[in-house]
Amino acid sequence: MDAPHHIGAGPFATTGRSRQGEPWVWLTAAGLTLGVLMALGLFVLILVKGAASFWPRSVERIEIRQDSATTVIAGIITQENERRATDGTLHQQIQIFRGNRDLSGEAFVYLDRKDITATTRPESMLVLERLEYGPAIVEAVALETGGTRVAAEDPAFANELERLLDEGRRLRKQLLRVERRDIGAVSRELEELDRAQRGGTVATQEAAPRRVALEARFEKLRAEALRIRSQLSAATFVGVTADDRELRMATGDLLDVFAPNQAGWTGRLGETLRRVWKFLVENPREANTEGGVFPAIFGTVVMTLVMSLFVTPFGVIAAIYLREYARQGLLVRIVRVCVNNLAGVPSIVFGVFGLAFFVYFVGGFVDRSLYADRLPTPTFGTPGILWASLTLALLTLPVLIVATEEALGAVPRGVREAALACGASKWQMIQRVVLPASLPGILTGIILAMARGAGEVAPLMLVGVVKLAPSLPVDTIAPFIHPERKFMHLGFHIYDLGFQSPDAEAAKPMVFATALLLILVVVILNLAAILIRNRIRKRFATSSF
Amino acid sequence: MPTTATDSESSTKRTAPTRADFIRVEQFSFFYGEKQALSKIDLAIPEHQVTALIGPSGCGKSTLLRNLNRMNDLIEGVRHEGDIRIGGTSLYDPAVEVISLRKRVGMVFQKYNPFAKSIYENVVFSLRVAGRSKRAELDECVERSLRAAALWEEVKDRLHESAFGLSGGQQQRLCIARAIANQPEILLMDEPCAALDPTATLKIEELITSLKQRYTIVIVTHNMEQAARCSDRTAFLYMGTLVEHADTMKIFSNPSEARTEEYITGRFS
Repeated sequence: MDAPHHIGAGPFATTGRSRQGEPWVWLTAAGLTLGVLMALGLFVLILVKGAASFWPRSVERIEIRQDSATTVIAGIITQENERRATDGTLHQQIQIFRGNRDLSGEAFVYLDRKDITATTRPESMLVLERLEYGPAIVEAVALETGGTRVAAEDPAFANELERLLDEGRRLRKQLLRVERRDIGAVSRELEELDRAQRGGTVATQEAAPRRVALEARFEKLRAEALRIRSQLSAATFVGVTADDRELRMATGDLLDVFAPNQAGWTGRLGETLRRVWKFLVENPREANTEGGVFPAIFGTVVMTLVMSLFVTPFGVIAAIYLREYARQGLLVRIVRVCVNNLAGVPSIVFGVFGLAFFVYFVGGFVDRSLYADRLPTPTFGTPGILWASLTLALLTLPVLIVATEEALGAVPRGVREAALACGASKWQMIQRVVLPASLPGILTGIILAMARGAGEVAPLMLVGVVKLAPSLPVDTIAPFIHPERKFMHLGFHIYDLGFQSPDAEAAKPMVFATALLLILVVVILNLAAILIRNRIRKRFATSSF
Repeated sequence: MPTTATDSESSTKRTAPTRADFIRVEQFSFFYGEKQALSKIDLAIPEHQVTALIGPSGCGKSTLLRNLNRMNDLIEGVRHEGDIRIGGTSLYDPAVEVISLRKRVGMVFQKYNPFAKSIYENVVFSLRVAGRSKRAELDECVERSLRAAALWEEVKDRLHESAFGLSGGQQQRLCIARAIANQPEILLMDEPCAALDPTATLKIEELITSLKQRYTIVIVTHNMEQAARCSDRTAFLYMGTLVEHADTMKIFSNPSEARTEEYITGRFS
C-alpha cells in the first residue's frame, strides 16, 4: 500500500492512486446506458409506428399540374421525403395512399411537391372499409335498393347507410355460420360415412339412405347460403372518386364507413379504439394485409402455454436428477456441458429435428396405429400445434434445466440437513423442502423459457405455423381441442406481412402493429408468470438474513 | 424444575432406570477421505442427562455429534471404524434404517434453519414425513412441542404465518420444537446458540435444562460458561481424540489432564 492507512500515521490520501480501486466506472455505466437506450429506442419506435397505424388521418384532395394537364387525386399522405434526381435537383416527394385498388390498380402514388397546385380537405370524403381490394376513398352519391334510390343529399341517406351496414354485418355472420359450421358439419359426416364404409363397419345398403339424407341437407344449406349472398348484394353503394370515376359496390361488401375530415379529435380517438379492437378480435382478410390478427394471437398464446406445460415437468425432473441424485462425476459434467450447448444450437436446427422426429416419426406412428382409416391423408403426421409446442419445449429445455439447477443448488445445506434430521427420506426432503424453496427460481426459469419460446419463428415454419389457418386449434366442434391442427403465430405473421405480402407498402403499418402486439403478448404472459412467482415469494417472505 | 410432560404413556416410559451407557461410542474412528477426523473414541453417554462436547475448532466434536444420527453419511468419501450403539443397537447394523434412526435422534443445528413453511408446518414436518396427518394429532403435537420449546405463548396466534417472520432466537426455538415434535429419545445440538444474542442464548439454556427430563441431550459448544451452566457431563476432545470425560463439576474444578485445564482456562483454543 502506498498511502498510509492508519489513523495518526498521517493525512489520508484524497486523490491519486487510492482511487485506482474503481477503474473506469464511467465505462461500465456507459455500457449500461447504451443498452438501456437501445432497448428503449426499439420499443418506442415500434410503439409509435404501431400505434400510429390505427390513427385515422385526414383525406387530402390534391390538384396536380403535370405537362399542362390537370389531374385530381384524393388520399392520405403517408410519407414525405427528399429525393435527388439524376440531374442533381432536389425533389420533395410525397407518398399518398389513395386506395381504390380496383379502379386504379396501385393503392399508392408518388407525387412531386412542385406539381401540386391546390390542396383541400373536403368534409364529404369517405374512407370505406371493404371486403375486397382494400379501402376506398370516395364521395357518396347514392344508395340503390331495387328500384329506390336515396341520394347522398337526402337527409335519410345517413340512416339508410347505417341500416344497410348493420344488416350487412348480421347477414355476414349468418353466412359464416351456414358455410363454416353447418356445411362443415355435413361434409364431416359424409367423410365419416365414407371412411366407415371403406373400413367395412357400415354396410353399403345401410349407408345409402344416410348418404342421400346428408346430401339433401347439404343442398339445402347451399341454397340457404346462396340466398344470403344474394341478400348481401341486394343494395348498391354508389360513390365517385376524386378523378370523377364512379365506384359501385354491394353494401354487403362494405364493412365500415368513416369520414375523417368531419371527425374531431374525440371522433378520431373513438375510431382508433374501434380499429384497435377490430385488429385484436377479427380474422385477417386479403392475404392478411387487412382485417385483424385474432387467430395469430390465439395461436401464439396457446402454443406458448402448451409449450410451458411440456417443458416444465421435463426440465424440473431432469434438473432434480442432475443436481440431487446423479453422482457428480465426469459423466454428469459432460451432460451438463451438453445441456448448456443445446441452448446455443440455432433454432432452425430444432425445427428440422422437430419435423423429422415429431412430425414424421412420432406423428407417422400415431397415424399408422390410431388413424389408419384416414390414410393416406395424414392426421398427426403433418405439422401442427402439438408438434410445434413440443419442438419449442425441446428448444427451451436447457434454459429451464439451468435455471432449476441453480435454484436447487441455492437451497442451503442446513435446510436439507434439517429435513433429513427430522426423519425425511431423500425424496421427501426434495419434495417437501427443496422444491418449495426453489419454486421462485424455477418459475424464473419458466418465465425465461416462455420469453424465448414465444418469440421464436424459424423452427415453427417447419413444424406447424401457416400463413392462414382455416380454424383455431380450440373450437366448438368435438373433441374441442385439435392438437393436430396448423396454427397462426404473431412472429410468423410479421414475417409474412413484411416479406410475403402482395402490397408491401400497404402492409407496413400492420407489420409494426403486429410487432407491437407480439411484444405485448410476451410481456403479458411474462407478467402473469411474474405475478404468480411474487405471490409465492410473499407467502414465504425470504429469510431474515 | 419446569415440567411440561403431560401424556402418561411417555412419563411411564421415562421412569425406567436411567442407563449410564445409553449411547456407547466404541473405538470409533472417522475419516473424510484420507483425513482422519476422529481416532479411537470411547465414550459412554448417560440417559436423561446433558453431555457437553467441548474442544478447540477442528477437534472433531461436531463430527462425533453428526455421527450419532449418521448425518455424516451424506458426505461423499467418508468411512468409519469401530461402532456406535444406542440402547445396545449398533447404528451401523445393516438392519437399521437410517430414517428410523433419525426419528429417534432429533437434531438442532448451529444456524437456525426453519423451512420455507408456516410455523405450524415446520413443527409437524417430522410427523408429516412419517405419514401421520390426523388433524387432532398434529394440533396436539404443535402445542406440546411449542410449549416444550417455550415458544407457544409467543406464536400461538400466528401459527399459520411464515416461520421467517420470527426473530433469530425464536427461529432457533422453533427448530428445537421441530426436532422434538416426533418425541425422539435423543436430542443433538450443534452449537445451538452460536448465532444468537445473549438474551436468546439464556432462553435456550433454560430450555436445555428443562428438556433433559425427557430427552438425552448431547450438545457441542464453544462457550465454556455454557457447558458449565447447563451440562451434567463434559467430554473434552482434542485433535480427534477424547482427552477427558467426566462430570462437568469435576472437569471445570479439578480436571485430571493438563490439556483440559489449559483449554478451559483459555490458555489455548
